[in-house]
Amino acid sequence: MNRRLLLKSGIALLSMLLIVPLRALAAVWNSQAFAAVQLDQALQGLGVKQIEASDQITLTAPDFAENGAIVQIEVESHIPGTQAIAILAEKNPTALIANFILEPDTKPHIILRIKLGESGALKAVIKAGDQYYVTEKYVEVAKGGCN
Amino acid sequence: MTDLMKIRAIAKNGVTEVKVLMLHPMETGRRKNEAGEVIPAHFIQLVTATLNGKIVLQAQWGTGVSKNPYLTFYLLDAKAGDVIAVKWQDNQGQSNAIEGKVVAA
Repeated sequence: MNRRLLLKSGIALLSMLLIVPLRALAAVWNSQAFAAVQLDQALQGLGVKQIEASDQITLTAPDFAENGAIVQIEVESHIPGTQAIAILAEKNPTALIANFILEPDTKPHIILRIKLGESGALKAVIKAGDQYYVTEKYVEVAKGGCN
Repeated sequence: MTDLMKIRAIAKNGVTEVKVLMLHPMETGRRKNEAGEVIPAHFIQLVTATLNGKIVLQAQWGTGVSKNPYLTFYLLDAKAGDVIAVKWQDNQGQSNAIEGKVVAA
């Protein structure tokens, strides 16, 4: 009986120790959005309800990526009041790649190297106030880089 | 540990370009080793950049960011001598940070 109690309390203590730092992280890192496989689910996880196509976002990526493990992309938003830039790939094992939250004195302009699993649409989603805007570019991938 | 990160910040025509390299495996959790065992996911989740101690950029990353992440961002309000610090935290609780001074082009 005593041993069982000890075991139980031990497990309880261990799970507390494990869960607390995970929670602290999850409070900032959007686990729901990053775990989403489908692009629509990832957008939902980011809180996107409606989205509008915009020509005020410049998304630069190669037309053809030899190696999907390293694809350099550049996003620049010309939408006034841009607060966040999210990068998603519709065919990746999990669609959401990155989400940047910017302060007013930070130019909404990011360059990053990403992985692409296979040929498909790459999307840049901009948050400005309560509005979301998107632009996309199709990237052909020779060798998938999402292993 | 600072050799695991590199930073360069150059001010030119009112815009400061900040380039940061972070040495990190960015394992997706889908790759297998030679013995056929899955290599656990190990990737940077959070990146925070500050200018003179004030937050200017916060990023959340998934496994789709390339190994040894290389990030460039731009600041409108920085000048030569200002201090830019970048810190990352990964899914295994590890973290690292680097500081650099803005230099004029």
